[in-house]
Amino acid sequence: MSPPPLLSVRDLRVGFATEDGVVQAVDGVSFELGPGEVLAIVGESGSGKSVTAQTLMGLTRAKNARIEGSVELGETDLLEAGDAEMRRLRGDRIGMVFQDPMTSFNPVYKLGDQIVEAIRAHRPGTSKEQGRVRAVELFEAVGIPNAERRIDDYPHEFSGGMRQRAMIAMALALEPEVLIADEPTTALDVTIQSQILRLLEQLNRERNLATILITHDLGVVAEVADRVLVMYAGKVVEQGTLDEIFYDPQHPYTWGLMGSLTRIDRPRPHRLPQIAGQPPSLLDLPEGCPFRPRCPHEFSKCPQYPPLDAKLPESPGHCDRCWLSPEEKRDKRMVEGQIGLEAPRA
Amino acid sequence: MPNEPSAERGPWSLALRRFLRNRLAVAFLGVFVLIVLFVLAAPLWAEHVAETGPNEEHIVEQITVDGEKRDVVTVEGIPIGPQWFGADGKFFLGADGRLGRDEMVRLMYGGRISLLVAISAALISTMLAVVLGLLAGYFRGWVDTVIARTLDAIWSLPVFLIALSVGVALATGGFKLGPLELSGGSLWIPIGIISIFTVPYIARPIRGQVLALSEKEFVEAAIAQGAGPLRVMFGEILPNLASTIIVFFTLMIANAMIFEAGLSFLGAGVQPPNSSWGAMITTGVELLKVQPLLAIIPGAMIMLTVLSLNIVGDALRDALDPRGKQRMDAALQFEAQAGIAGTEGGAVI
Amino acid sequence: MTRFVVRRLIGMVAVLFAVSVIVFVVFMVLPKQNPAQSLAGKNSTPLLVKNIEAEWGFDDPLPQQYLTMMKKVFNGELTSYEPRIPVDDKIVEGIPATFSLTIGAAVIWLFFGLLLGYLSAIKAGGWLDRLLTGVSIAGISIPVFLLAPVLIYLFANQLGIFPNGQYVPFGDDPWEWAKHLILPWFTLAAISIGFYSRVVRSNMLDVMNEDYVRTARAKGLSERKVMTRHVLRNSLIPVVTLFGLDFGATIAGTAIITEAIYDIDGVGLYAAEAVEKFELPPIMGVTLYGAFFVVLMNTLVDLFYAYLDPRVRLGESASE
Repeated sequence: MSPPPLLSVRDLRVGFATEDGVVQAVDGVSFELGPGEVLAIVGESGSGKSVTAQTLMGLTRAKNARIEGSVELGETDLLEAGDAEMRRLRGDRIGMVFQDPMTSFNPVYKLGDQIVEAIRAHRPGTSKEQGRVRAVELFEAVGIPNAERRIDDYPHEFSGGMRQRAMIAMALALEPEVLIADEPTTALDVTIQSQILRLLEQLNRERNLATILITHDLGVVAEVADRVLVMYAGKVVEQGTLDEIFYDPQHPYTWGLMGSLTRIDRPRPHRLPQIAGQPPSLLDLPEGCPFRPRCPHEFSKCPQYPPLDAKLPESPGHCDRCWLSPEEKRDKRMVEGQIGLEAPRA
Repeated sequence: MPNEPSAERGPWSLALRRFLRNRLAVAFLGVFVLIVLFVLAAPLWAEHVAETGPNEEHIVEQITVDGEKRDVVTVEGIPIGPQWFGADGKFFLGADGRLGRDEMVRLMYGGRISLLVAISAALISTMLAVVLGLLAGYFRGWVDTVIARTLDAIWSLPVFLIALSVGVALATGGFKLGPLELSGGSLWIPIGIISIFTVPYIARPIRGQVLALSEKEFVEAAIAQGAGPLRVMFGEILPNLASTIIVFFTLMIANAMIFEAGLSFLGAGVQPPNSSWGAMITTGVELLKVQPLLAIIPGAMIMLTVLSLNIVGDALRDALDPRGKQRMDAALQFEAQAGIAGTEGGAVI
Repeated sequence: MTRFVVRRLIGMVAVLFAVSVIVFVVFMVLPKQNPAQSLAGKNSTPLLVKNIEAEWGFDDPLPQQYLTMMKKVFNGELTSYEPRIPVDDKIVEGIPATFSLTIGAAVIWLFFGLLLGYLSAIKAGGWLDRLLTGVSIAGISIPVFLLAPVLIYLFANQLGIFPNGQYVPFGDDPWEWAKHLILPWFTLAAISIGFYSRVVRSNMLDVMNEDYVRTARAKGLSERKVMTRHVLRNSLIPVVTLFGLDFGATIAGTAIITEAIYDIDGVGLYAAEAVEKFELPPIMGVTLYGAFFVVLMNTLVDLFYAYLDPRVRLGESASE
């Protein structure tokens, strides 16, 4: 019943050689994505979620980068593709929307021209006029009023939300099959955030776009995602459908993320829960479970590295990387009547 | 600060160690020291080796080179070339022109003037800049506006031409302002001109740093304890500017030296009987066809000095600010400004 | 935009006024010697000094003296006295040579500065980058009064490939014009080549970290397009300011030394000769002329900057 995967990532590993050693930014990430599906990759900064996204785009290729595994888009293996082939794919079959619409447009060119530039990079035969017509269509499609006039504006003449719409329009210029949105709403006001999410959702439905949404905000995930991948220190710690993750989260880190969500449908807890401590340095990971130092439920098994397994027979797609048994988890994750990570023992 | 002497020594010795690790910079620091020793040795060389002074003329004299008698200046007015040790060190670099003065002796004495003017000008310019920067950055408001606008204005002037004008006007007419009176040949004229026109290049970055520093807690704490503006500016903020000042002072000596050479080359800087490397090039260029070294050697001395100061200054900056970024920006900005000044005759003619 | 232009033009007039006051103070007020004596020159007769005193009205109050001076400047009555030659004639005569020198040098330094900086930046950290950095540091450290003698000695006196300077008008013989100017061009350009290549390199490295460069790559632009249309284009904005200031300043400053060494019959040589003879009127004239170019270039640069960076044009920040 599920459509054949459009994008399939298998055991992706991305490491960067630095003066202080190899930073394994992404460590064994696998997922599949079908047309029309929205996959959310969630994690704190440094969890490897953005590196994953940029690697799909071929933007992390550098002399000091070591990229392993496989990323298949249809028939093409993106990691095997040469730089020139990758360049042709970028923007054409995969579009990308970045976090900060303020800085992600070149300030010296008109927005319309920047879109036309993207089109002409892939369809050299397109005239400037045709490109312009297309840019206007795109502006209209993403809900920018007065599109005809506004494509001649410069980026700084747009508000943040409108700029992000323009960014989405540019990412869609060549009708890509996959859209990667890297923290698309983080830099925006709360009210604008949901408008942009609405837009992404609508485009995803209308165009049957496979969408990868990178975010640190589970609230964003709840609004649009079909499936969720939770990353921590370069590794996937939990994955499942939206419902599985939200109603039955298995990994303590996910509980922590859930607990830090402010929910208007529940009474506010005494202390706004948050995950104690800092994400670990990728140069100096603890042995075993990387979340161990921040986890209040650490026990004797944790110094061994836990596998990513499905623990619940009724949901075989719901995997997590934690040694606790599902029963223990269901017990421990309830803090003051809701899911959360209890404050660490002082 | 006085209550934590050990913490105070820490960063400086750390910086010293970082500086010493930069081999190139240490080598060029050595070059600079050698240049200083070279010019300091001028009287020794003049008295014991060349046996002549920098302004002594030898128009009709002859010297004995390898037992052979030669004119110091030929009948056609062409000076003798470098003799190295052929004449026991006399006219080591030949004679300087029609007047038959010993080029080596002049090079050493001229270097004294070049360095003296450059270091004094850099010192004055840095002190003025620090005071102006402190005032502007600390008081803000109209004080800042007046100072910053004036500095900007100096910047938009054809600095070199104006310096040239001042140089000529004062060299001809001397200087009189209230009780201060200088004769046209005084070294204070080029020193004053150079220091005033180079103030903006240091004052601007200092001002920026003072603006940032005066927001810091320790300044607020000092004010809260009742410290007056002078005490805050010089007691609290100034010590934090030390590393910037050291770096800019080093680079400013190099700039001032080139500025002086440009003025003197044209005759609007150091006036006879004093001479400087820049002034020596003027005579050298006239004799370029017959004795090219007369122009090239003083030019090379200037370049060597400037290059070593620039490299040392660069390394000091790296050593004093390991995080680099902040001051790198300031320094790059400085270079940019110096570049502007340069084309106007300051930094980089 | 109109307001912007008007504001700049007012600023331009204000700076020119300031320069004229500085010139007045420097020449007429600061020196302790009688200014008429200074103006007349070293070997002047008492009669000439008396005439000049009357002509310039040195008995008048200072503001009146200033007005007299400015009247002379605007009416083209500024002259040198021994012999009596109108200053503005000499300046106009010298302009073709000075412009040939400075414009040629500017083209060379921009071309090589951008080229070396660009290559250095796209190969940052590699051997080519290190080599070019060495070249530019050497370029920055060579003063004109060393480079010029060395080039003349090597290429004119020893090898005889190029003449040792002097100016041949373009109209007389374009080939000889270029041949005579090639050494002066490179002399004048060397420092700026070094300096601009470093500035372009560091600007480009900064811009490469900008988000919009990543966006450009994500669009699938070729690396060359990313580097030229996005990185280089944006890193040139500050270079334009620098260039404007430098070009104005070169006309009004550095060119003097180059013209003097290469014996190029331009405004700079005129000024250099006046300095040598301590003739003040030409120096006053040249300073005012130089100020005019510096200020004009500054203004043009501001306007061009506004054209290059739309944020300035529309008055949104960025001016400071």
